[in-house]
Amino acid sequence: MIPINIITSTAVPLPLPNIDTDQIIPKQFLKRIERTGYEDFLFYDWRYNLEVPDHVEPRKDFVLNNPAYKGSQILIAEKNFGCGSSREHAAWAINQYGFLAVIAPSFADIFFSNAGKNGIILARLTEEEVETLIQRSTANPKHLITINLEAQTVTDDQGFHATFEIDPFRKHCLLNGLDDIGLTLLHEEDLDKFEAKHNNEFWLAPKSKVVA
Amino acid sequence: MNPNTPQALKPRTMFEKVWDAHVVVEPAGEPTILYIDLQLVHEVTSPQAFEGLRLTGRPLRRPDRHIATVDHNVPTTSVQDRLHIVDQIASAQINALRKNCADFGIEFFDTEAAEQGIVHMIGPELGATKPGMTIVCGDSHTSTHGAFGALAFGIGTSEVEHVMATQTLPQDKPKTFRINVEGDLPAGVTAKDIILNIIGRIGTAGATGYAVEYAGSAIRALSMEGRMTICNMSIEAGARAGMIAPDDTTFAYLKGRRFVPKDAAWNLAVEQWRALVTDEGATFDRELHIDAATLSPTVTWGTSPGMVTTIDATVPAITPDLDEADHKSYTRAYEYMDVHPGQPIEDIKVDAVFLGSCTNGRIEDLRAAAKIVNGYKVATTVRAMVVPGSQAVKAQAEDEGLDEVFKSAGFEWREPGCSMCLGMNPDILQPGERCASTSNRNFEGRQGRGGRTHLLSPAMAAAAAITGHLTDVRTWKFNSKT
Ligand code: SF4
Repeated sequence: MIPINIITSTAVPLPLPNIDTDQIIPKQFLKRIERTGYEDFLFYDWRYNLEVPDHVEPRKDFVLNNPAYKGSQILIAEKNFGCGSSREHAAWAINQYGFLAVIAPSFADIFFSNAGKNGIILARLTEEEVETLIQRSTANPKHLITINLEAQTVTDDQGFHATFEIDPFRKHCLLNGLDDIGLTLLHEEDLDKFEAKHNNEFWLAPKSKVVA
Repeated sequence: MNPNTPQALKPRTMFEKVWDAHVVVEPAGEPTILYIDLQLVHEVTSPQAFEGLRLTGRPLRRPDRHIATVDHNVPTTSVQDRLHIVDQIASAQINALRKNCADFGIEFFDTEAAEQGIVHMIGPELGATKPGMTIVCGDSHTSTHGAFGALAFGIGTSEVEHVMATQTLPQDKPKTFRINVEGDLPAGVTAKDIILNIIGRIGTAGATGYAVEYAGSAIRALSMEGRMTICNMSIEAGARAGMIAPDDTTFAYLKGRRFVPKDAAWNLAVEQWRALVTDEGATFDRELHIDAATLSPTVTWGTSPGMVTTIDATVPAITPDLDEADHKSYTRAYEYMDVHPGQPIEDIKVDAVFLGSCTNGRIEDLRAAAKIVNGYKVATTVRAMVVPGSQAVKAQAEDEGLDEVFKSAGFEWREPGCSMCLGMNPDILQPGERCASTSNRNFEGRQGRGGRTHLLSPAMAAAAAITGHLTDVRTWKFNSKT
C-alpha cells in the first residue's frame, strides 16, 4: 500500500444515499480473476448508455463523464455509502479510477474495512457538512477540497473546516502504507501458541477430511 | 479460553463467549486478532486472494480449515451446460478455483459433486458449520451460519487472503443487539416475513456495528431452515453478524452429519454447546421487542430490503418522519420499480418468479412452495423457476416428488447454484421485467439491468407464480391431493 496523508483535489459529487456495491461495480465484472483493471467499470450502469447492445456510450448526464471533474481524487456521497455485497472489487474500482478518498455521513461496515485495506481514506462528516461540500462541488467543478489525514480535517478555500474521526490504528496503517497480513504475522508466536491449544477445542472435531 | 471455564465471572452474551474463545492476542492500539475456525471459499471472491499468496510467497496456513465449492457462476440450466460452460470468463474463474484448491490443498466440491451447492447451504449440510465456531467467507451472507450459534460474517478479498495466510483476522469488537420476537406466528407468516419486518423497522443500516442475537419464543419455534433465513438477511440490516442460540433443534439437525463429532465426543460437544447461550443477566447494547402475533406476510415494494410493507397494504407514501435522503430514495424507487404510492400491493403483476438462493433455497422452502403450487398451473404470463440451493436439497426434493409438483405446474426445475439471486450466470431479468423472488436483495439491477425485484417468502412467491400477481397466501385455497 502507498502511504497517504494530504490530498488536495476537486471532488465528484454523487448526491445519493445508500449507494450499494452493485452500483459501484456491477456483478458482471466480478468474474474477472485479476486484481487490477477495474477503473473502467466503476459505476458502469450509471456511467454508460447500455441501451444499444454492443455500443457502449458514456452518458453525458452522469457526473463522472463531465470533463470538468477529470482527475478528481475525492468522491462525495450521502449516507450509508457502500452497502450491500462484500465485493472488494468496489474498493478496487474506486481506487483504480483514481479516488483516494470518499466523504460521506456514513459507510457500510464491510466496505469500510475493504476501503482501508486499499489505501482509501473514508472521511465521515455530518450530513450538513457533506451537503455543503456537495453544493460547492456541484456549483463549481473546480472547487478544491483538502483532506489532511494527520490532522483529521477536511477544508476548502472558502472557509469550510470540518474534522473527522478515524481509529488510530487505521490512521497509522494509511499514513505508513502498512500491510495488514504483515502486521498480524508480527504476532506469529502468540498465534502458534494459541493455535496449539485451540486445536483441541471440542467444536472443531472432527477436522476436515484432509487431516482426519 | 473454553466458554465453560468458570473465569466467566460476569454474565456474558453468546456473542461474547464465542468472541472471547477466539482472541489470539489484543495488541495495544490495534484491533483484536481473532482466530478463524473455518473459511468457506467460492470462485468469485477468491482468485485475487490466492494471487496475493503467490505474489508474497506466503503459504496457506491451514488448508484443513477451508472448504471450497462453486456456486455464483455455475449455469443452472442443465448438467451439460455446467460441464461445458459457454461463458469463457466464468469458466476461467471456475478453473482458477479448481487449480488453486489443488495447489493449496483445499477440499473442493466441484460442479457435479453430491456436496456442491451455495456455500451457505453446504456448510450446515456437511456439519462444517457448528455452534461456537468463527466462520468467514468472502460473501456478505455468511451471517447465515449464525443460525447455529456460530459467529459468522462476510469479508472482502484482502481479508480472505489474510485468513488464508494467518487463519486470523484483525477485528474490532462489534456492539451487541438482541432482537426478541415473542409469541406465535399467525398462519401464513414465515421466517422471511419476520426478517423483512425487522429490516423494515430498523432500516438497512439499523444494525451497522452490531452483532445481533435473535431470541424469543417465535425464534425458538423455528426450524433450522427458518433460523438460517433470518440470520442470512442480518447483513441487509447492516449487522456484522446474526446469531441464534443452539438448542435441541440445532443438535437434531447436526447429529450424524459428516464433519460433526460422533459418539461420546458428540455427547460432550452437545453438553458444552448448551453452555454457549447468553447468561442470565447479561446485557446488550441495544434491544428490540417484536410481538409475533402482529406480523403479516411481508414483501418489498422498492429497491432496498428496508422498503417493505405487508401484502394487504398499499405502496407507502413519503411520510413526514422520513429524512431528506429517504425522500430521495423513495422517489427514485417509485420510478425504478414503476409503482406509485397508494397502489395496492396485490395489484402488482409479475413476469418472473425465482424460488431459490441461500435465503430460501432449502428443502423446507421448496416444501412450502410445493404445497401452494400443488394442482395449479403457473400463470401464462409468468416465467417461473425453482433453483434448489444445493445438490442435497435437489436430491431430497426429487425423493419427495416435489420436482414433479413444480414441473407439472409449469415451473423450470434447475440445477443448484446462486442463479437469479444475483444473475452472474445467464439467469437474468430483462429491463423492465418484474420478479417475485425469495432471495435477499432487491437493489437496482440486482437480478439483471433494469429488472425489478420484490422479495418475499417461498409460499408467497409460489402463489404469485400461479396468479400472476403478488398474492396473500392467507387466503390460498390448497389442493390437498395431486
Ligand atoms: S444465493 Fe445470492 S446471496 Fe446467496 S451466496 Fe449466492 S449470490 Fe450470494
